[in-house]
Amino acid sequence: MSRRLVAVAVLLGLWTLAWAGAGQMEFILPPPWRVAAALWDNRELLAEHGAITLAEILLGLGCGAGLGVLAALSLALWRPAALWLWPLFVATQALPVFAIAPLLVLWLGYGMASKVAMAALIIFFPVASAFYDGLRRTDPDLLDLARTMNAPPLAVLRHLRVPAALPGLASGLKVGAAVAPIGAVVGEWVGSSAGLGFLMLHANARLQVPLMFAALFLLAAMAILLHAAIAAGLRRALPWVHDTLDQPHARD
Amino acid sequence: MPDSALIAAPPAVRVRGAHVRLGRATVFDDLAFSAEAGRFTGILGPSGVGKTTLLKLIAGLLPADGAFIGDERGNRLSGCIAWMAQKDLLLPWLTVAENVRLGARLRGEPGGRDKARALLAAVGLEGRADDRPDTLSGGQRQRVALARTLMEDRPVVLMDEPFSAVDPLTRIGLQDLAARMLAGRTVVFVTHDPLEALRLGHAVFVLSGAPATARPIPLPADAWPRAADAPGVLAAQAEILRALAS
Repeated sequence: MSRRLVAVAVLLGLWTLAWAGAGQMEFILPPPWRVAAALWDNRELLAEHGAITLAEILLGLGCGAGLGVLAALSLALWRPAALWLWPLFVATQALPVFAIAPLLVLWLGYGMASKVAMAALIIFFPVASAFYDGLRRTDPDLLDLARTMNAPPLAVLRHLRVPAALPGLASGLKVGAAVAPIGAVVGEWVGSSAGLGFLMLHANARLQVPLMFAALFLLAAMAILLHAAIAAGLRRALPWVHDTLDQPHARD
Repeated sequence: MPDSALIAAPPAVRVRGAHVRLGRATVFDDLAFSAEAGRFTGILGPSGVGKTTLLKLIAGLLPADGAFIGDERGNRLSGCIAWMAQKDLLLPWLTVAENVRLGARLRGEPGGRDKARALLAAVGLEGRADDRPDTLSGGQRQRVALARTLMEDRPVVLMDEPFSAVDPLTRIGLQDLAARMLAGRTVVFVTHDPLEALRLGHAVFVLSGAPATARPIPLPADAWPRAADAPGVLAAQAEILRALAS
């Protein structure tokens, strides 16, 4: 905890130095206390827009993760899916989400749907890819054992492959949680009337730079909390997965 | 599902005309192998000679490719075999007792919880049924794997270097346990440890050459399971080590 406080203090110090060194120009880089004041003064506005962005992120995370899990399962269960669909999934990752954002806004409108779709799209691949990798890497000796036990394929998937792949899925979800805000904010930038991305664009145009920083701060805080909550939830759900870097002898 | 009558009169294991190629290497060319009913048959041999391949062939884990694999009456062995691998293969997300019940869980069969606990007690793990496998030592984990094998209650048990990952003292204890718990079944076990083969084998074959052939070796007359320090066992061990080295 004290390590984190020191890190925050150092960061604030450097920030203040940068502000002072750059000629104290508030419309380029406001000092930390101006941002804090902007956070407080605009708390209702920020809360209102923050709630919308948070809803987009959570819905996107839910949809993207759900679809990712379904995709990985169908790839693992059905060989033609792996042969035909997987290259397609990989190819969609070559398209930058920034490039399709205007299309999604065109198709799904200025409301929340296009942002949720954007976030879902960006989350889908890390989740599907990590889970699918896990499903493919079940210990072959374990599969041999299951065969001598006359286990039906669906039971092998349910009782062996899926649980063994959960640590992989967990990594995918953590990456997904970290990138989800990107999808939502990009969507808001391209076309919207609400959300933190919209607020930032608006504030930027009016040179309300402290408000912009306040929105940015809120967005970062949401992303960090979301990531921490998911990591903690996964630790609780998967007690048998040990973080060997956290053990005292890990760095011998 | 094998019934207790099958356990009372377990089948023998016969392999005839086995051909296996792995890549460009011919592992078996017309290999014949047999293990007598209700007896422990050991397979010794250098690494890479095909010991595990032979065991997998018997277990039906490799395609037979025209070979006959069955019992002395010409029946197939499917459904008669329990498998115990070199690794304990305990699932970290299940408790010890749930690991013992793995086969029933996979086949969707209810019940068997009391039997699983009884088997755990029989292998000396009373009171550990609800623990996670990662709280157990290597020897204890192998005991759970043995209990899981027994839970399947199959007349034929195939073991692939089952005790190679534990220290020598623990290994001797596990060998005694396996001899006691599996006695009366047809057991085929692979090992690279001549002492293990001599202690547990009613018959022992050395697998050697490429393509490999199985050659029986003479065994000391000591009472089974043979003591690790019996003079006959020690002499035979030296003999086997010489034969394996040449």
